[in-house]
Amino acid sequence: MSLRQIAFYGKGGIGKSTTSQNTLAALVELDQKILIVGCDPKADSTRLILHAKAQDTVLHLAAEAGSVEDLELEDVLKIGYKGIKCVESGGPEPGVGCAGRGVITSINFLEENGAYDDVDYVSYDVLGDVVCGGFAMPIRENKAQEIYIVMSGEMMALYAANNIAKGILKYAHSGGVRLGGLICNERQTDKEIDLASALAARLGTQLIHFVPRDNIVQHAELRRMTVIEYAPDSQQAQEYRALANKVHNNKGKGTIPTPITMEELEEMLMDFGIMKSEEQQLAELAAKEAAKAGA
Amino acid sequence: MSLSVNEGVDVKGLVDKVLEAYPEKSRKRRAKHINVLEAEAKDCGVKSNIKSIPGVMTIRGCAYAGSKGVVWGPIKDMIHISHGPVGCGYYSWSGRRNYYVGDTGVDSWGTMHFTSDFQEKDIVFGGDKKLHKVIEEINELFPLVNGISIQSECPIGLIGDDIEAVARAKSAEIGKPIIPVRCEGFRGVSQSLGHHIANDTIRDWIFEKTEPKEGFVSTPYDVTIIGDYNIGGDAWASRILLEEIGLRVVAQWSGDGTLAELENTPKAKVNLIHCYRSMNYIARHMEEKFGIPWMEYNFFGPSQIAESLRKIAALFDDKIKENAEKVIAKYQPMVDAVIAKYKPRLEGKKVMIYVGGLRPRHVVDAYHDLGMEIVGTGYEFAHNDDYQRTPHYVKEGTLIYDDVTAFELEKFVEAIRPDLVASGIKEKYVFQKMGLPFRQMHSWDYSGPYHGYDGFAIFARDMDLAINNPVWGIMKAPF
Repeated sequence: MSLRQIAFYGKGGIGKSTTSQNTLAALVELDQKILIVGCDPKADSTRLILHAKAQDTVLHLAAEAGSVEDLELEDVLKIGYKGIKCVESGGPEPGVGCAGRGVITSINFLEENGAYDDVDYVSYDVLGDVVCGGFAMPIRENKAQEIYIVMSGEMMALYAANNIAKGILKYAHSGGVRLGGLICNERQTDKEIDLASALAARLGTQLIHFVPRDNIVQHAELRRMTVIEYAPDSQQAQEYRALANKVHNNKGKGTIPTPITMEELEEMLMDFGIMKSEEQQLAELAAKEAAKAGA
Repeated sequence: MSLSVNEGVDVKGLVDKVLEAYPEKSRKRRAKHINVLEAEAKDCGVKSNIKSIPGVMTIRGCAYAGSKGVVWGPIKDMIHISHGPVGCGYYSWSGRRNYYVGDTGVDSWGTMHFTSDFQEKDIVFGGDKKLHKVIEEINELFPLVNGISIQSECPIGLIGDDIEAVARAKSAEIGKPIIPVRCEGFRGVSQSLGHHIANDTIRDWIFEKTEPKEGFVSTPYDVTIIGDYNIGGDAWASRILLEEIGLRVVAQWSGDGTLAELENTPKAKVNLIHCYRSMNYIARHMEEKFGIPWMEYNFFGPSQIAESLRKIAALFDDKIKENAEKVIAKYQPMVDAVIAKYKPRLEGKKVMIYVGGLRPRHVVDAYHDLGMEIVGTGYEFAHNDDYQRTPHYVKEGTLIYDDVTAFELEKFVEAIRPDLVASGIKEKYVFQKMGLPFRQMHSWDYSGPYHGYDGFAIFARDMDLAINNPVWGIMKAPF
């Protein structure tokens, strides 16, 4: 089977790194060879696989050596849980330099040095928002073909998902990138699964899996492990296996997303009763005033 | 000489025909930048200082060019760091012929090139650390340097480096002024914004932070030359005239200038402005803050020189006024000789000018003094106030073009067939290959000075060299 390049995007703090590492750990059980490319200056996309935060990122080593041309692939490629290959792009501390340029530099380095040979999956884990061209690098030409958006029923996560869909649409025609589906990371908000399914439908994609909330994820994370490794027989491990299976069976298919406008998104939230319409708000306000006046 | 030019030529028709080549939107936009000067006009009637249309091959430069290349670069006892990747500094290295006196590499650095030579890692991790190091190295290698300016190239603004913090820290450390200039090339529509930004940094980082040198003794005759970049020695040729009429030039901005001269300028009695476009900002500031009046003058060609000397002298006492008359009289025989020699060879020759922010009007009367006619002129990066100052110089019927495109200029010249095109290096070979005499009016074609009486003699000779060169008679295509 040919190389599948996938990427996980989503709002900051939504659990992209946790979800992706658990899913990829489960994919290994399907005999898949995997390379993880962490595209976040924090360099925490491979912590659960490597059982440590990666120290030798591409960009830090390149800065020490002089330039990225002075590096060898072995210097940056680490092997983690069950042979998963891991690379962290790394980048500057917050507030200086240009992390986006760093992502571009590292991905070019990895490609040119054959990091993608002899793997079945390359998975990009990209920081919170597509803030500039550098962070869109993984969805450009000949990079990730399937994007999975990690989201939840929270409003800002829905906004972010819609925005990322816009980014995908921008490159869908030139690079052939497709939206593989939404992964809903349960936050226990109102009508969460319905809302996630509804958004998926509006974006012209599928809710590929609904990952329930389970504290065991936290326990595993504290031990720098995926749930697959820490508690392989747990219900949560089964959930990630199910997700991995669905991603694998998706066979690289995806759709060109149909992002919606801000107004449409807000309307959708009102339909679900999550956001109140202005009339509703006014009516409630009037009722309150009336109650006050009555008392 | 007649009161109008281009008589019998349908210049308006020509403009319409040339613009026909554009798509409609571009045609409408460009039409606003081109006009034919009407009689008694107070303004050239063109739009200016607007973003160029992508794809038209504008001749403009960038903000970095305006700051590093024009305003800051000539200050000879400071080192100007081209901060960013190597290209901007390398390709602007010694691009302007700002002459200076000094020992290069010891107390002057005008023809040297300093860059922080950004690499990928400096972009990704930020370049402030490197800037610290560059400043340290400069101060160590060249201990006589009096100050340093940081000329930002585009990436500095994109990645948000805090060059002001570096400047403050290093300035305290080495005890010399360090001026951070945010002149990233993508800012503004031309080099003009770079001039403005550079002027503002002189205000904020020199006037606000340093004092005139101790021991500076004022005289009632202290003036400055502002906006003369000493191309081929222009400022020197101007300075001697001011000194001859009894004034003391306390600062040259910025050709052959020093940091101390910038610092001393607030002590001057009058600021004399040659290039209004690039330095009117600081002159206005000094008028407001220090109460120093400023006056524009023009030292191109004897008519303007005499007029300017009289105008300048009028600001001072009778002794200076008398001196001005004496100086004008002293040079008159030389002027007469130059005109007697060259006017017969140049009379009636038509010139089209296209240069920067001052010369499209300032050189006009120098040509008139030689009996030549200006049939077209335009500015790369002028603003409205420049176009308001222009009708005074040129005649009815003159073709005016703002931010002219390579295509338009070529077509205009082709149709009007002037006897001389006076523009820059990018235009030179196009027109010479058309078989037209050409002079570079940015660099004086490696000649000069053209300012002052001495400069006029050189100017007249150079125009004659170009126009009456026998080569034009043997330029017949073999096909």
